[in-house]
Amino acid sequence: MRVEITVNGQPHSAEVESRLLLAHFLRDVLSLTGTHVGCDTSSCGACTVLLDGVAVKSCTVLAAQADGCAVTTIEGLAGPDGLSPVQEGFRQCHGLQCGYCTPGMVMAATALLSERPDPSEQEIRDGLKGNMCRCTGYQMIVESVQWAAANGGAR
Amino acid sequence: MIGSAVPRKEDAALLTGRGTFVDDIHRPGLLHMVYVHSDEAHARITHIDAEAARALPGVLGVWTAKDFAELPARPSVPGLERGYLAGDKVHYVGEPVAVVVAADRYLAADAARAVKVGYEPLPVMATVADALAPDAVPIFAPLESNLALEQQVTPHDVAAELEAAPRRLRARLVNQRCAGAPMEPYGVLADWTGAGPTVWATVQAPHRVRAEIAERFGLARHLVRVVAPDVGGAFGVKSSFMPELFLAPELSRRLGRPVKFVETRGEHMVHTYHGRDQIQDLEVGFDDEGTILALDVTITVNTGGVPDPVGIGLATLTSYMLSGCYRIPKIAARFRSVVTNTTPTASYRGAGRPEASFLIERAVDLVAHELGKDPADVRRANLIQPGEMPYQTPFEGIVYDEADYPAALELLLSELDYAGLREEQERRRADPGARLLGVGLSTFVEMGGFGPTPLFEQFGYIGGWESANVRLQPDGSAIILVGTAPHGQGHQTALAQIAADELGVPFDAISVLYGDTAVVQEGIGTMGSRGMPVAGNAVRQAAVDVAAKARRIAAHMLEAAPDDLVRVDGAFQVKGVSEATVSLAAVAERSFKPHLLPEDTGLGLECTAYYEPKNLSYPSGAHGCVVEIDRDTGRVHILRYVCVDDCGTVINPLNARGQIHGGVAQGIAQALYEKVSFDADGRPLTASFEDYMVPGVLDLPRYETHHIETKSSFNPLGAKGLGEAGATAAPQAVVNAVVDALAHLGVRDVEMPCTPERVWKAMRHAS
Repeated sequence: MRVEITVNGQPHSAEVESRLLLAHFLRDVLSLTGTHVGCDTSSCGACTVLLDGVAVKSCTVLAAQADGCAVTTIEGLAGPDGLSPVQEGFRQCHGLQCGYCTPGMVMAATALLSERPDPSEQEIRDGLKGNMCRCTGYQMIVESVQWAAANGGAR
Repeated sequence: MIGSAVPRKEDAALLTGRGTFVDDIHRPGLLHMVYVHSDEAHARITHIDAEAARALPGVLGVWTAKDFAELPARPSVPGLERGYLAGDKVHYVGEPVAVVVAADRYLAADAARAVKVGYEPLPVMATVADALAPDAVPIFAPLESNLALEQQVTPHDVAAELEAAPRRLRARLVNQRCAGAPMEPYGVLADWTGAGPTVWATVQAPHRVRAEIAERFGLARHLVRVVAPDVGGAFGVKSSFMPELFLAPELSRRLGRPVKFVETRGEHMVHTYHGRDQIQDLEVGFDDEGTILALDVTITVNTGGVPDPVGIGLATLTSYMLSGCYRIPKIAARFRSVVTNTTPTASYRGAGRPEASFLIERAVDLVAHELGKDPADVRRANLIQPGEMPYQTPFEGIVYDEADYPAALELLLSELDYAGLREEQERRRADPGARLLGVGLSTFVEMGGFGPTPLFEQFGYIGGWESANVRLQPDGSAIILVGTAPHGQGHQTALAQIAADELGVPFDAISVLYGDTAVVQEGIGTMGSRGMPVAGNAVRQAAVDVAAKARRIAAHMLEAAPDDLVRVDGAFQVKGVSEATVSLAAVAERSFKPHLLPEDTGLGLECTAYYEPKNLSYPSGAHGCVVEIDRDTGRVHILRYVCVDDCGTVINPLNARGQIHGGVAQGIAQALYEKVSFDADGRPLTASFEDYMVPGVLDLPRYETHHIETKSSFNPLGAKGLGEAGATAAPQAVVNAVVDALAHLGVRDVEMPCTPERVWKAMRHAS
């Protein structure tokens, strides 16, 4: 089947198998390998992207379901003026170690801050509960999001 | 730069989706390899029917064990050789039985499902008790029983010492099986072009992997290129020699196309090797003051269905660390490694040392409980004093470096407000409406900085040293090649900090490269908390040598003696003569002008150093955990987690904090949440992230971190390592707190993970 999906502002049209996951569409068809796959049960959130502005796990969405939608991936966050505030927050606060969960974590945090620009620590934790990290123990991720909230928010 | 909390060089790529993990790499004509795994725990294979699978579109082939009979066995314990796929029988659920290659990952998965394997069931022994039963049949063919290894670690026993001790107690502790579960599962991409393969793999020791691949294919090592690109966490489980490291290159060779294998998470949970899984029987002799007089330990390790050469002997490291931070006059230790119908076990963050720390720290609390003494006081009575360092433990060759264990404990107690917590605990015990409060202490020490060579050779590595090549570019910037293969530790950043100080090159003008055997000189890898204490010293040594040569060239340029020069903002200056200055960039450029160099000076500013540690290092500290327990549900909630760590010299406080947090998180996970389990038929009950409880952001606390910085005299940097300290310290801090909360009810132990069910039952049975 044919799908038309706008990814990071660029329209794409492709013939895909109906069972193709959005995560694999992004990675294998568009070569946007920043979106990672860490599990097969929608548990880890490494594959989180924004689908029409809403954070979704792209391993749980078919490419077919994203037909006609706009997707933002980690590759679409940084602008000509550099990292987004969330990305910069992760850099400043050492919110990443191996970097594998990071794209999903950054996308989830971006979605969180667009809904709630000034979240409490508990709200940050609630907002990231769908994303797993095995390296950081989460505290420095929470601090990264706090840094981002104080320095420009979701942008 | 050492000691400064600079953000990491690694982050820009990783934060923008431009990291390079194995599955991100594409090669023209790429094929995908998928396993058919056993779904039986113990069975004879009667037949494998792959015809239907072979007929599916896009399938290039299906291969079974007999197709790889010519390939020499995987790295194994001599006499216990392991193949690549199960041959005539399967030993555990998840064991690879066949391998399928197809044009894409979906077609390969379809084909794997179409392969029909016939099994004739054999008796399943999923526990060490079953596997050691008198009528148990041997599981792993080369062995005549399921007792794969029995080792008397100490030549003596402590029967007389225990007999003479005024008091003694016994306990059985269980250190349950855990899964490493890095967020990136295992992956390999092999592309055999020309005379040998290039293999991109999620590994911790690329040169060792290169050696093992070359040996199996009869190739000279230069023909094999192994690249560990960005690796998405490893925690020890990516140091095992999984069959795909060899099958992917072999199939690439046969098919003439690149072949990629990437584990699914479900696969990871049964296929990649697990860690821990020890039963510890101990007896401790002590006096009325709580002074420990003797310790006797028998460890039973579940090695799983096919013994791993590292996993089978890991309890040696557990034995060596049984002293903990304490002055224990005599220790006797032995271990047994037992084959069962479960996934093999091998290294997992700490690899044998967390198990030791758990044992001795639980033992100290049991002694305190028995005597009705405060656990802090029993620790005080036994701690090795700073004046006794370096300290020879009862184990030959295990000598602790400089540390102040009592200072770490006292700082922890003061940060905790320990006395205040004890008052609060009493108040809550008296109030039936209040949650119970518990405080757990863990004064720990572990091994870091692996080698030296004689030790590391025993794990199959060519050495225990590490290598670094430092070379200045003509503009004065520096490129460093290091033999480690980090997977989140931040070596690009920390090693550049070390080099910056010695070279006088700005941090931003240094790049650190690693992980590619075609580029980097022979190296060892990243495991055993060896990054800073071993690789850091290799970088330091190479940088010192380069700086010394730069000084000689600068002296020649300034027509002065090398000793008369001082460093000013990276430049060389004749002492007291500010106009006689030459920048490092000018010196670097000069180093490439043979006609302008001093006599007998070789071209360039470059040095390769191999640093062999004199000994292991011993990171230590004191961690404390405060929990509250719901009386109705048994749910444990961590109120505070306080860390005092002594990793020697702290290179980058930001990275150090991250390493502590991450290690503690995994330790807490073991204490409260995680356990790989099997039913009586050996079927995995935790084969996904739905069932295996890797904690999320709501399950873990804030961590309060403090440092005591006692430099190690064992290496010039004074660093001890930090990657495994948190995972070593935390499990018993939490369990001691849980048991402490329930101690007044007569509870003496709660097995890990301390789930609400277990805690509730412990409360219930006690009261």
